[in-house]
Amino acid sequence: MTYLGWLFSSENWAGSAENPGIAQRLVEHLGYTALTLLIALVIALPLGAWIGHTGRGGLMVVGIANALRALPTLGLLVLLFLAVGLGLLGPLIALVILAVPPLLAGTYSGVANVDPSIVDAAKGMGMRGPEVLFKVELPNALPLIIGGVRSALLQVISTATIAAYVGLGGLGRFILDGLSQRDFPQMIGGSILVALLAIVADLLLGGLQRLLVSPGLQQRGAQAGPGRLRLIRGGAGTDRARAA
Amino acid sequence: MDWVFRNSGLVLELTGQHIVFSLVPVLIGLVLAVPLGWLANRTALGRSLTLNVAGFLYTLPSLALFVFLPPIIGTRILDPLNVIVALSVYVLALLVRTVADALDAVPETVVNSATAMGFRPGWRFLTVELPMAVPVILAGLRVAAVSSISLVTVGSVIGFGGLGKMFTEGFQREIPQQTISGIVLVLLLAVVVDGLLLLAGRTLTPWDRSARSRRTAGRAV
Repeated sequence: MTYLGWLFSSENWAGSAENPGIAQRLVEHLGYTALTLLIALVIALPLGAWIGHTGRGGLMVVGIANALRALPTLGLLVLLFLAVGLGLLGPLIALVILAVPPLLAGTYSGVANVDPSIVDAAKGMGMRGPEVLFKVELPNALPLIIGGVRSALLQVISTATIAAYVGLGGLGRFILDGLSQRDFPQMIGGSILVALLAIVADLLLGGLQRLLVSPGLQQRGAQAGPGRLRLIRGGAGTDRARAA
Repeated sequence: MDWVFRNSGLVLELTGQHIVFSLVPVLIGLVLAVPLGWLANRTALGRSLTLNVAGFLYTLPSLALFVFLPPIIGTRILDPLNVIVALSVYVLALLVRTVADALDAVPETVVNSATAMGFRPGWRFLTVELPMAVPVILAGLRVAAVSSISLVTVGSVIGFGGLGKMFTEGFQREIPQQTISGIVLVLLLAVVVDGLLLLAGRTLTPWDRSARSRRTAGRAV
């Protein structure tokens, strides 16, 4: 494993003025990811909650989420590059387009799959529409919503790596620059960093899920192993199919 | 679409490559997922082991996996084999869970009656449980195939063939038509393969047709 030397050189971490190091690329990658998720959440959370709450347009959400799975991320990135030009805007639009469907599907199916008797009970206690949504439906939908966030996060970290091809910074630069310089240790070092970032980010969200979701729901989720497929209408929670 | 007709030779060649690169992994993944899914379904240890490993593999970004596979499996860095192995890993990771869930969903009464009729466990698995699990496995297979078709294009970033080349060439020569044609062709291929799998599933499980219409009718949307 002579490849790993590249990863553990302090020179490579610090970088230089014209050649940014690992630390800076990592910060860039995290920045793109956070910005994309923020924009996508602002779009998808209210829309998904509204669709799930009213039940209007649910089939459309599932259809769009399924269709987007076939959309090649590289093609989208190149197309937006040709349309918008070099810079952050093109890749950012592509990343948001890819992050919205899993978030939307997670929020929608989370809210739509809340046990109807729970919603009835909330109404029977005198809760109004918004109260039912915020105090009952959204907390109950949290496991599926966070599931959507996890898919979106992985999608964005992966695609941001590929976006290095159309000139974006971030950890993908090491893979692309390593390729053009025939510097394989750099390529492999970069790919290991991206993989580690994805794994750590996913584990952190898994931990967050345990902290945020009500204990009663977590227990039920654990018991519902075999029947889960049929429990979740819309199916967004079960397939975290990847597109990047 | 004009662009496609003027370059039909290239397009056909790339489409052919694309089909091989994306569907061979689906076959490999499926063949490996059935025994592993069976294992996950049988024992608690097998379940937690296979599902956790699958979840872990699924987390790895594709471009990263294409690049760091060669030192692990001993191939050259731009060998097409890397893409095939990497995509097989994703298909396997997706289908293991599906196969385990599908086997879980086979009604116990059916398994018990097969046992009472004298089926041995191995034969019962092949002739009763596995066919009963086909509809759910097929749903997973469709997702795996579509996502595999879309994922192959990422390999073109590091020089692999297939329709992804339409994107890299479209980028280098700044031809939007080529890029758009590439996207349309990938989507078309995905739709066709998805439709063929759906059709294959219907032919394989004639008994499921009446059950399916009942199920959709009973489902409140």
